[in-house]
Amino acid sequence: MTRLLGYDALAVALAVALFGVLAAAFAARRGEAALGALVRGSVFTLFGLTSAAVLAMVYALVSHDFSISYVAQVGSRSTPLFFTIISLWGALEGSILFWAWVLSLWAALVVWRNREVPGRLIPYTGIALLGVSAFFLILLVGPANPFGLVTPVPSDGPGPNPLLQNHVLMAVHPPLLYLGYVGMSVPFAFAIAALVAGEAGNDTWLRLTRRWTLLAWGFLSAAIIAGMWWSYEVLGWGGYWAWDPVENASFLPWLTATAFLHSVMVQERRGMLRLWNVNLIVSTYALTILGTFLTRSGVLSSVHAFTTGTIGYYFLAFIAVVLIVSLVLVAGHSEELRGQGRLDAPIARETVFLLNNLFLTAFMFTVLLGTLFPLVAEAVRGVKVSVGEPFYNRMTLPLCAALLFLMGVGPALPWRRSDLAQARAKLMMPGIVALVVAVLSAILLTRNAYAVAAFAFATFAIVCNVREYWLGAAARRRAHGEAPATALVNLIAANRRRYGGYLAHIGVVAVALGVAASSAFRKEHDATLKRGEKMSVAGFELQLDSLWGREEPQRAVIGATMRVMRDGREVGRLTPRMNFYRTQDQPVPTPAVRSRPWGDLYLNLMAFEPNGSSATIRAITEPLVPWIWIGGGIICLGALVALSGPARKRVAVRETSDPEREPPSSLPLPELEPARTA
Amino acid sequence: MTRKGRYAIAAAAVIVGAFGYLLLGGIGNNLVYFLTPQELLAREQKGYDVPVRLGGQVKPGSVQWDAQAIDLRFELTDGVKSVAVRARSAPPAMFRDGQGVVVEGRYGRNGVLAAEELMVKHNEEYRAPKPGEKPSEMYRSLMPKTPRT
Repeated sequence: MTRLLGYDALAVALAVALFGVLAAAFAARRGEAALGALVRGSVFTLFGLTSAAVLAMVYALVSHDFSISYVAQVGSRSTPLFFTIISLWGALEGSILFWAWVLSLWAALVVWRNREVPGRLIPYTGIALLGVSAFFLILLVGPANPFGLVTPVPSDGPGPNPLLQNHVLMAVHPPLLYLGYVGMSVPFAFAIAALVAGEAGNDTWLRLTRRWTLLAWGFLSAAIIAGMWWSYEVLGWGGYWAWDPVENASFLPWLTATAFLHSVMVQERRGMLRLWNVNLIVSTYALTILGTFLTRSGVLSSVHAFTTGTIGYYFLAFIAVVLIVSLVLVAGHSEELRGQGRLDAPIARETVFLLNNLFLTAFMFTVLLGTLFPLVAEAVRGVKVSVGEPFYNRMTLPLCAALLFLMGVGPALPWRRSDLAQARAKLMMPGIVALVVAVLSAILLTRNAYAVAAFAFATFAIVCNVREYWLGAAARRRAHGEAPATALVNLIAANRRRYGGYLAHIGVVAVALGVAASSAFRKEHDATLKRGEKMSVAGFELQLDSLWGREEPQRAVIGATMRVMRDGREVGRLTPRMNFYRTQDQPVPTPAVRSRPWGDLYLNLMAFEPNGSSATIRAITEPLVPWIWIGGGIICLGALVALSGPARKRVAVRETSDPEREPPSSLPLPELEPARTA
Repeated sequence: MTRKGRYAIAAAAVIVGAFGYLLLGGIGNNLVYFLTPQELLAREQKGYDVPVRLGGQVKPGSVQWDAQAIDLRFELTDGVKSVAVRARSAPPAMFRDGQGVVVEGRYGRNGVLAAEELMVKHNEEYRAPKPGEKPSEMYRSLMPKTPRT
């Protein structure tokens, strides 16, 4: 019953998506009203049907309906309810189902939010999203059908992959990633629609799409950080990023989307980079599909690669279609995509954005090459290789330093025109502070050149960005006599996009500092302890108090209770564990972490004597690790601030005028932006 | 084409070329090969002191684990040849004779592979534990007297 309901909902959804695309071709002749109504109807129906299919699957999982293939694959009567529900995205078919649902959700939101926008742009965007949905629905009724029939019906199932049911972050990372990944379909659909409708020449579509891109980017940023955190909390190696292909897959579209969020401002203000921006949007989307191909087709072996099958070919074909359609459309409209503005002066914010795009693109190509090289090497030369971390670190660290530098320079320089004297005046103080930090950290902390450079560039970026708040608030205080806190709040409220952006910068710097400090000053020590014995690491004394076991419905747990002592005084207890799930003969490490703003103490139970006499413990200390997660939070907060600004009323704005260049009358122009009025 | 345009294209070509050269050079020096013991030994001189990932089984009877010194030595075999491995870390929980493992590290001229990472290859397919393999039986003295089931 549930099975038929779910499958039929998907089949009808596919029919609706295809019908919407085809019928729109006819409705287009009968005027915009008919076309708009048809597309809205199709998109909302699609959303209803995919929601029904997802609800059917959740019901099937919760009710342990093992006649349904997906439930038989990931369900188990002993799995706690919470992990049963989130196993919706714990394997291939369910994750594609969830993907299709998120896509239809985005489509419905886009069509609904823009229902009053006149013209063909929004209907065409809806059609593009229906077309993309059709691809995923084809997967769902064909090779990735989650509602297959299982006979005879098993009495119980294996439960989800143990790694995916060992931590609550599994409820957070995948949905965020889908919202971000799938959200990138929206700017792509807008771009395709603008090209087809012949509206790529004006920037309306770009203004409409900017917030959606920012929203998707915020989700993707949060998802990447949550994935790092999950890796840190579950995998037991005390790290969070290994340049693993699946990590790279989530990072690649983030790089191009970040480049887009910056270069779009150059187009809005100066009418430049039209072609480049369309290319960035298409690349971002193609990279999300490539990432899905890498993680879902089984060409890589990892916790993300669920099963092998023919599904990889579908993705490759889809990537080809996306690229060919985009290329043909871009080539056919190259005249409209020609930029109108020119660089006025070499020292100006535009230049910084161009360099930022150059470095982010180089970054993307580096990571892409490292990710794809093993696949090519195996296909061409038949050797199995992987690309070692030193490659990524050596290639990307200079790029990271350059990007941190630009992150500080950009906000300091005005648009259009500046000169060396002005740039020097604004950058001198942060440069000196950065130099002092570099010298101090070289003397006091480390001789690791990478770490010293990272601290210096991060300091430079953070000083520059924080100063923008400071200067803006100070100008308000002078002009309105506001209290410092009020001035700061009003400053941000008056120009949320700009100050949200700076906030995101500060978040990125926090992440960079966390990564630099935790990798440069990581200390690791392994020891085998009998009960009562102690080990010491980085000022902590750790004593094995007891080694114990426990049976839980879905797993057996072996734990070591450790007393954490400092200066002979107990400051806490940590219990690193090993969880033995019934379906996997290898235990899942479950490290215990004592987290403080200045750093973490991370304990992992590596081995133990079966008779309980001794345990081998790995103790790791990593300074500033929490700032990676906090920085992720700041990035998201920055995205939220930027999004919270009032929606633009004027849609068709000429490129020479920009609402943000004419701030509300209550806001004095910050004095350091003289070129704004130029 | 204007002169300026030509310069711009030439500059872009130089930058892209230099970047590509750096990339390919960097990748060539940092490849980690996946090998079996037989393949590693067949590389002779080329097999020393480069990062490799070696896959095989733990040769029965070869495991020496000194828990106090955190020193693990064993031989990794593919059934034809075997390679001595030394790791300065605790053996993973399911590490035992005959188990499939993957070792990442460098093969030294002393004929010992210094492992930086040691992973147990686990079966994707579910298999019911044999008698005596359940955690509650293997670690009986650690478990509560009346196990909750």
